[in-house]
Amino acid sequence: MAYAETGFNLEIDLTRGNIERVATDPKLTKLYLGGLATNAKILWDRVPPEVEPFSPENLLIFGTGLLVGTPAPGCNRTIVSTISPQTGLMAYSMMGGFWAPELKYAGYDKVIFRGKSPKLVYLWIHNDKVEIRDASHLQGKGAVETQELIRQELKDPNIQVAAIGLAGENRVFTASIEQGRSSASRLGIGAVMGDKGIKAIAVRGTKDINIARPVEYLKLCSEVLKYISDREEKPVPGVMPILAGLGSPQEMLHTDEKWHTENFSWGNSRTRRKEFWTKEVEEKWTATQEGARTRLISCYNCPMKCGAIISLPGMSTYMMKCFSKLTYNMAAFVDDLEFGFRIAQRATEYGVDGFSTPQIMAFAVELWDAGILTDQDFEGCPTDNEGKFYWLLDRIVRREGIGDILADGTHWAAKKIGKGAEAYAHNNIKKHEQLPLKLGMLNPVYFLMYSTGEKSNITQIEGQFPQSPFPTMEEREEFVKDWVHVPDEKFKQYLLDWELRGEKSNPYYPTVDMSVDIVDWQEMMHYIDDGLGMCAGLSSFPLKPPYHIHNYPQFISAATGIDMNEDELSLAAKRSRTLVRAFNIRRGLTRADEKPPEDHWKKRFPELEEQLLDAYYKFKGWNNQGIPTKETLHELGMDYVGEDLEQRGILSYE
Amino acid sequence: MSKTKKKIKVIKIDVDKCNGCRACEMICSAFHASPKYSSNNPQRSRIRLIRDPINDKYLPVYAGEYTASECKGRDKYVIDGKEYAECDFCRASCPSRDLFKEPDSGLPLKCDMCEDEEEPLCVTWCLAKALVYEEREEEREEEPVLGEVETGLEALVNKHGLQKVVDTVARLSKKG
Repeated sequence: MAYAETGFNLEIDLTRGNIERVATDPKLTKLYLGGLATNAKILWDRVPPEVEPFSPENLLIFGTGLLVGTPAPGCNRTIVSTISPQTGLMAYSMMGGFWAPELKYAGYDKVIFRGKSPKLVYLWIHNDKVEIRDASHLQGKGAVETQELIRQELKDPNIQVAAIGLAGENRVFTASIEQGRSSASRLGIGAVMGDKGIKAIAVRGTKDINIARPVEYLKLCSEVLKYISDREEKPVPGVMPILAGLGSPQEMLHTDEKWHTENFSWGNSRTRRKEFWTKEVEEKWTATQEGARTRLISCYNCPMKCGAIISLPGMSTYMMKCFSKLTYNMAAFVDDLEFGFRIAQRATEYGVDGFSTPQIMAFAVELWDAGILTDQDFEGCPTDNEGKFYWLLDRIVRREGIGDILADGTHWAAKKIGKGAEAYAHNNIKKHEQLPLKLGMLNPVYFLMYSTGEKSNITQIEGQFPQSPFPTMEEREEFVKDWVHVPDEKFKQYLLDWELRGEKSNPYYPTVDMSVDIVDWQEMMHYIDDGLGMCAGLSSFPLKPPYHIHNYPQFISAATGIDMNEDELSLAAKRSRTLVRAFNIRRGLTRADEKPPEDHWKKRFPELEEQLLDAYYKFKGWNNQGIPTKETLHELGMDYVGEDLEQRGILSYE
Repeated sequence: MSKTKKKIKVIKIDVDKCNGCRACEMICSAFHASPKYSSNNPQRSRIRLIRDPINDKYLPVYAGEYTASECKGRDKYVIDGKEYAECDFCRASCPSRDLFKEPDSGLPLKCDMCEDEEEPLCVTWCLAKALVYEEREEEREEEPVLGEVETGLEALVNKHGLQKVVDTVARLSKKG
């Protein structure tokens, strides 16, 4: 019997319309856990670097994490992996919601798509019955609308549906996959789904998920539940409200947006409005949010309420979470929050990434102002800020006129537009739009995460370690008192010594070595979460989360029956991190790509930055080009990767 | 007839507080697995969340008695502008729907309030406090104790209808 996982994947050949249920190799679980790492293993084994994102040979993998669907609170993530049309590297966008557990209950750990369907279809998985169904009647339908239509068509309200909207069908590079209250948005995976001709995947499962050591496992889960309950009563003092508790930043609950609106940049990531958050704005925005929000909602088996049902007169209801509440307002320079809620509704139905898309539109507006894009490009576009954004959104999603160029994201659009447009695509890492955050002093830890993060965006790499030092020693001492989460006591000292100003402050403190340590801890936790399917909101993202490196091995052992200790778990995370890196290296990622936007910090330190990269690579067991060495790969039991890199001349023969 | 006091176990359901996470379904099915907690599967749960997020419907409903036949007619309720089927509130394991039945055998499921636990586990796992456990005392008339044969016959009547049972008994007595 398989424990925690089901032991089967679905292989769907869209070209031939063939469906197979394939047993997985149980040996991989201890080495790679599941989720992201086993997705990455399949991509490594089956997608050679020549394969283009929109080739039939590209795979689109919907993977569940190892512990998804077990009683572990918050373990419900789907990890979607493919080649990103925007970066050409691995995309592994993730979503919470209800889809992944349902797939497990149907008896599968992953759904792996290859080939391309000749016409638009959706996949219907009902336990052992799996069929490819015609979706021509769903063409052009909204991503939320499609989920409802499929539930009605199949006459079961308990079906979970992941769907794309028009943006995915039109292969927009910021197209998302929407599902319940969640979405897998970044890096254009919705475009790959559309390219393969898949409108949606509907799942219904009524089978069991088994646990190897049930009583022990439930005790661990109950402890986590209790911890969450207690932790919610004790927000971390001295940090902003959205970061004081657990979960994804609680922006549906909290209405105080002083920090985002005054510290993040407006427009095309240019302008800080340091006096924005007035009493008047606060009152108005609070009223708008409370009026629009009908209910705070959760993902499967999670007590956090990070999402909200948003309902405004004259538009259909949708669900929202986190920072997409502000991205459209800030990019469009619109001070009325209701605009944000309204345009996000249209954007969600279209199925687009709420981070990149507004930035593409702000980029276009700036190019128009600068005369690089012309009135002809904007023929018919309204002149007010709100109108411009609605108009641009419609053009981009339909790939009409200038929208067809913008639909590839700022990097590729700037290349096509020319005439100096490249300078306006200033907020990218590895061709991918970043959060509109522009700061003063370089932070060495964030420098490393921005530069080397395989996900190409910060939000799912950071966490655990405070983003800035606490001003007083009393606060620091108080903070480290119950900081049981640290993998090593030295991290407490790093924090205790970290000052706002002076010798022991950014950028030279944390020191190069300390920064590498901190980043290693942060990303280890994310790679574990992405393997287990745990939401970062209860683990790697917040301060003092319920799950950490000391209790995770017990969870894995009790659930799967595979004995695992901290060292073995760290190794599994390292394998995952190294495999994703090797995959991207094989696709052409180089050291030169590993840098934050030039204007991310005002004060930069080129020499220090090189030292940081050198030290990080060395710590990871990579050469100074960021390529995992043969020795490192051998130690991890990944000679197959080393041999391949050698054969391709990426690693030289000894 | 004499009256006795009985402890009634109550779960107070505040639908406004439900965040739709379905932890109640998960833990119920895990608790009732054999061995305990060895598996989970919401389809085996004795509490189900009638859930329609877009229309803001969140209605936890518990498994009650088995019924052999479905209702002749079905009603709809509109509460605060939201439409509910009568069945949404009904606890019965009934032929009209797939709720509250073991997925393999089709046998009916019924909430037992987690018997020996301090409180039903769905309540413990509902940190949103949409489910709250309460106890109250009720006076009730003592029911006559049915004999074994009568209990058996009552079950048959429930299943096949009185007339069929009467006919069968008549036929059997002729044979006798």
